[in-house]
Amino acid sequence: MDILIQQIINGLTTGSVYALVALGYTMVYGVIQLINFAHGEVVMVGAMVAISVIGALAGSGLPPAAILLAGVACAMPACMCLGYLLERVAYRPLRHAPRLAPLITAIGMSIILQHLALLVWSRNPLAFPQILENPVFSIGGAAISGVQMGIILLSCAMMVGLTWFVYRTRFGVAIRATAENVHIAALMGVDANRVIALTFVIAAAMAAVAGVMVGTYYGIAHYTMGFMLGLKAFSAAVLGGIGNLAGAMLGGILLGLVEALATGYIGEVTDLCRWPIVSGWLAERCAADGHVVLMGSNYQEVFAFLVLIAVLVFRPSGLLGERVAERA
Amino acid sequence: MNAARPLLEVRDLHVAYGGIAAVKGIGFEVAAGEMVCLIGANGAGKTTTLKALARLLPARGTMHYDGHSLLHRPPHALIGEGMTLVPEGRGVFARLTVAENLGMGAYCRDDRGEIAADLERVYGLLPRLQERAGQLAGTLSGGEQQMLAIGRALMSRPRLLLLDEPSMGLAPIMVQKVFEVIQSVAAQGVTILLVEQNARLALSVAARGYVMDGGLITLADSAAALLANPKVREAYLGE
Ligand SMILES: Nc1ncnc2c1ncn2[C@@H]1O[C@H](COP(=O)(O)OP(=O)(O)O)[C@@H](O)[C@H]1O
Ligand SMILES: [Mg+2]
Repeated sequence: MDILIQQIINGLTTGSVYALVALGYTMVYGVIQLINFAHGEVVMVGAMVAISVIGALAGSGLPPAAILLAGVACAMPACMCLGYLLERVAYRPLRHAPRLAPLITAIGMSIILQHLALLVWSRNPLAFPQILENPVFSIGGAAISGVQMGIILLSCAMMVGLTWFVYRTRFGVAIRATAENVHIAALMGVDANRVIALTFVIAAAMAAVAGVMVGTYYGIAHYTMGFMLGLKAFSAAVLGGIGNLAGAMLGGILLGLVEALATGYIGEVTDLCRWPIVSGWLAERCAADGHVVLMGSNYQEVFAFLVLIAVLVFRPSGLLGERVAERA
Repeated sequence: MNAARPLLEVRDLHVAYGGIAAVKGIGFEVAAGEMVCLIGANGAGKTTTLKALARLLPARGTMHYDGHSLLHRPPHALIGEGMTLVPEGRGVFARLTVAENLGMGAYCRDDRGEIAADLERVYGLLPRLQERAGQLAGTLSGGEQQMLAIGRALMSRPRLLLLDEPSMGLAPIMVQKVFEVIQSVAAQGVTILLVEQNARLALSVAARGYVMDGGLITLADSAAALLANPKVREAYLGE
């Protein structure tokens, strides 16, 4: 029981981060039908910038919360500039090219950003300075840390804020109109370039916060960290239905939960001693060790992709995705 | 604005898709306050002409609106200057609500109070839209969507309204309602260029007409004269 609660808490934590990153994939896809494979690297740059700032200020005697805030306050504009540059330099010139061209460019940008980060921050993992004390609370036999609570609450707040922006402001409506039909939106006076650039900038701002979150949560950052995180968040966006905002939020949270629960229980489920067919040498080993586990929690990275494959096979449009819309 | 010059003036307009010419050097004009129609069979090049005017297609030639050249203007700049296209197939945003669609029509305007007043006016003209304000536009009937497309255009306070086949795909009763709305908009002084395949209907509301065929304008005359023209009667009025 406490494993269940514990893994739900852990899953909600990583799931909220996936959701923030997945929103970036889905918003960009919504307006220009591009999978921005460099988005994971924007998260990485956010974590790296924050680590550098926090590291530099760690001994300054400022209150820890102020230092963390300074880290976020630098990571966000840095990532927003990066997101803007990506769109302006790499994708805009290819706006009317065949769809494969920007996709390959996105993969190229991902590799370039990784290697630029390697040059700037070295190939060694950087430890996130543990400046905050991290109180641990217990609920129902499980533990939830202050950092976990912070991640979950801040993610929720950002998702509410984004939803408000997209559904309640004039510019948000323009983003949705552009996503639906860029030509008609232009007839209404919407400058597509501005909307697309703004979408990249918003996505990057959320990525920056997500980067600081993962850095603080795992206590470490590395120039390749954006790759796996990006792929998982992309899987989350596909799970929810790419292009759909609520889908990205739902997909992120669900993927975090699936991953945490699967990781939590896979050892137990694949323990041959718990299966009814215990025979011969297996019975002896079970008597001796108590467990013969086929797959342990080191399989953690697999589940996101099993989910991705399952979605692509059984429900390619995702949980909340609509039929692929005709575009004029 | 120079009163002697027409509000819209097109000379020697060429538009091509790839290498294939669709509009082959046409000229026409619309004076301020006028309702002019452009009629012709399917594939004549009417939509292509309107898209070129709205800067959605690259074009060659002269297109002057209110004395300024439209060439090289970005498409999103035109609505703010009072030239608004209601595209073929209506082009409402299906995943936006009716109210949000109407709001998009006023996207370029900053005069909040005036926008609210215009919204009331549009709802007065098209009461069905008010009943459905919170509904997604994609759930409206074809006729309601056409009303929405026109209402959205009115929210921009157009001086020149370009209407592309507003009757297309509508039941006769709806067509009649849509044309009543168009006539009342014209009566308020909005200049209208009406593109229609339904020639009889278009000529019955417009003052003048141009007949387009194979990318060229083959006839230009008053609506009454075109309605009486034997060639028009045979080719476009089914007689
Ligand atoms: N996107 C397009 N690509 C290539 N040819 C087109 C395209 N749209 C229209 N055409 C061609 O241009 C000509 C004029 O079409 P259009 O302007 O749509 O006619 P209308 O509106 O009068 O029915 C037609 O021959 C049509 O086949
Ligand atoms: Mg047409």
